Parts: sequence; C-alpha cells; structure tokens
Amino acid sequence: MTQATEVLFPSSAEDAVAQFGDGAGVTVVAGGTIVVPEITHGRLAPTRALMLGGAGLDTIETDGDTVVVGAAAPVARLTELTETAPALAQCALNVGDGEIRAQATVGGNLCAGHGNDAPRGDLQGPFLALDATARSTGAGGERSEPLGDFLDARDGRLLLDVSFDKPASSAFASLDYPHTHEYTVLAVTGVRTTDGEIRLAATGLADHGRRLPSAEAAAGDPEAAGAAALDDVSLGDDALASAWYRSRALPVLVRRVLSELEEAS
Amino acid sequence: MNLTVNGIAHEVQSAPLATLLDVLREELGITSPKAGCEQGGCGACTVLVDGQPRRSCLTAAGAIDGSEVTTVEGLGAPESLSPMQQAFTHHYAAQCGFCTSGMMLAAEAYVRGGGTDDPEAIQEALAGHVCRCTGYVKIVDAVAAVVRGDEFDLTVTAPSAGMTNIGGAQ
Repeated sequence: MTQATEVLFPSSAEDAVAQFGDGAGVTVVAGGTIVVPEITHGRLAPTRALMLGGAGLDTIETDGDTVVVGAAAPVARLTELTETAPALAQCALNVGDGEIRAQATVGGNLCAGHGNDAPRGDLQGPFLALDATARSTGAGGERSEPLGDFLDARDGRLLLDVSFDKPASSAFASLDYPHTHEYTVLAVTGVRTTDGEIRLAATGLADHGRRLPSAEAAAGDPEAAGAAALDDVSLGDDALASAWYRSRALPVLVRRVLSELEEAS
Repeated sequence: MNLTVNGIAHEVQSAPLATLLDVLREELGITSPKAGCEQGGCGACTVLVDGQPRRSCLTAAGAIDGSEVTTVEGLGAPESLSPMQQAFTHHYAAQCGFCTSGMMLAAEAYVRGGGTDDPEAIQEALAGHVCRCTGYVKIVDAVAAVVRGDEFDLTVTAPSAGMTNIGGAQ
C-alpha cells in the first residue's frame, strides 16, 4: 500500500501550496487523527501524501480585533482564545481528549467529512457563527471566502487559515453522548457582534455545520428562534441519535445559547 | 527515518505512512504499546513522543522523524521499576494489563508536567484511556500517590479509597 505512495514533506507554507498544486490525487496528512486510521485499515490508499507537520501554518495571530488561526494549529491551542472567543475555546475543549486535541488540527476538524457513525467537524459551528473567512489554495490558486461557502466546495482545496473578528460575546451549548470522548450529538454556537447582531450556527446535522438564518431573524424571541432553527437544517440518523431526537434537542440548545448571550450582554 | 526509542537510536525502514504503533511493535519488537481500537478511541497505544503523550496508532512515522519515543520499557526495568510502575503495582492498578502501558505513559507526562493529586485533574489527564476492567479508582489512586511522592512496598497491595464499601482492608 504505502510502497507506491509518494510522500511529500513541505518545509514552508509556500512549499505546501506548490506541492499541493491543484490537489488532484493529494491526501493531506496534518495531525493524522482521521486520515491515518483510514490508511491503516485500507479504506484509503493515497497516491501522494502531503505531510503538513513541518510547513508552519500552525500559528494563531491576533492583529487588532482580527484573529487568524492557521489550519495546522492543534485544536488544543484554541484554548488560548478563551478571552477572545469563549465559545470557540469551549467547543475545542469538547473535542476528543487532551491527547487527541494536541494532535488533531483546526483545519482537519473543519474539513472533516461526516463520519460513518457520528458527525465530525465540531469546530465548524463556532467558526461559522464567528462568520470566519477561509483562505485556501487549489485549482485556480488561492482564494478567501466565507467558511460556509468553503465547506460547500472544499474537495480539492487545501485550507491555509481561518480568520474572524473578535465578537462582543459568544456562547456554546452541546448535547453529548457519554463515552470516553463525549461524542457531540448536536451543538449550537451563538455570537453577538460588536454591532449587536446575533449569529447562530449548528453542528451535528445531516452534513456539515450550518448557519441558522431563520433562528437569527427571530433571535429576540428565544422560543420562536428555537422553533425556527428547525427550518434551517437537515437532520439525520446515525449511531449517536435519531433525526427525531435531534429535532427535539435543537430548539433547546438554541434557547440555551440565546439566554447565555442575553446574560453576557 | 530516524527514531530514538527509550534512548536507543534506530534507523527505521518502515514506510513514512506506517503508524508509529506498527513501527514499534512490528519493526522494533517493542510490544508494550497495544493495538486496541487502532482508531484513537482507547488509548492503549499511547507512548511519549518528545515527552508528550501521543496515540501511536494515529501517528504516521514520517511525521515524527527525528523524535524521541518513550514506552514503558523506557520508564524502568523489572529490577528497578520507576515510581509510576511501583505505584501501579502497589495500588493494584493493573488488572488485565492491556490499558496499563498507555495509562502509565499518560500519567507519567501528567506528573512530569506538574500535575497535582486532584482526582478530577488526573481523570482529565487520563480521559482518552479506556480500562475495560473498569479499574479506574486504583489507577487514579496510583497516579495521586506518585504526585505525593509516596514510597511503595511492593510486597503488599495498598487498600483503595474506593474499597471501603466492599469489606476491603481499611
């Protein structure tokens, strides 16, 4: 299997971009927490593997009110942003366990496809609610776009970083399935911007994380917002929970996040 | 690729995408890291990579070229057990033993990192490690004892704080 694999070790972000090229046939290995078991168990046989470990892309920088998180930054390091974006740090601490968080990367989590038995990509929620911009490379070169657009068309792209403006306040609520890793069944993140706008996003859905525009429009009335959130999402059955169960939990999480935002303001 | 395992330098022949777990077990014959779930869920394969606990089943060998790896064989020898190994023995913190090497290495990193004997903090540090014998109380006891600097009498098994309700020794 691995004999035929060409393995590339870029030593800078520029190298990584050049070696990724248009992304055709490239398997990106950063933390490896998702992709390595796929290779080990023979579900994935990369023709070319791009090992991101030595390429940098792992910094977290704050410039004024803007925060830029490198795609290869370990999930654990998001706790550095506890003051800046508490919901993001809280969500990060909900991912896996300490060893996994130290190894798994922000970019890997954001780009993770839906797992076979459970949702993945918990960090999509807070970054969507923060209205993050995704900078990526691939066919056609580098581009920056809203994270939601990136998630819709991320195949063949290498995420470089995500950036967002510091919110006035933020809140996170999740429904977890008790296990060694407390799998996240469903989660909602809320953000209040410095202009007073409320943004909401959910993960644990049928595909990737989504903003909740109907719930945002009704944010002044948490009860109505909770009900409206069901119009914004498509829910699925998996090993953790049924779509029905999620449909009962989503309004509760929306209300909880809105009441937390209210208390914080 | 080069790896230093328990102080001994090795030139590794495995492919760069082979897991560290396979390199240790299959190429180097070091069998203390266990192949449990092989997808990062159980913690039985955890070793120290440059002092940090890491799931060897999730780690591509090529990603840690040049690193120092420590397994329980590197903590101490049968005739000179390390404090963590003594504590696990004295506190009877191993039952079937399958999770033990991963538990001890995660605990070792926790203690070296300045961890306290607070049971909740120890549980958090060991959160990625499953013991299907469910011997968690004694494992936490053993780690706390190392933090406190206890001396261990390996000829007796210590009573556990969690044993008082089943008629065990007080």
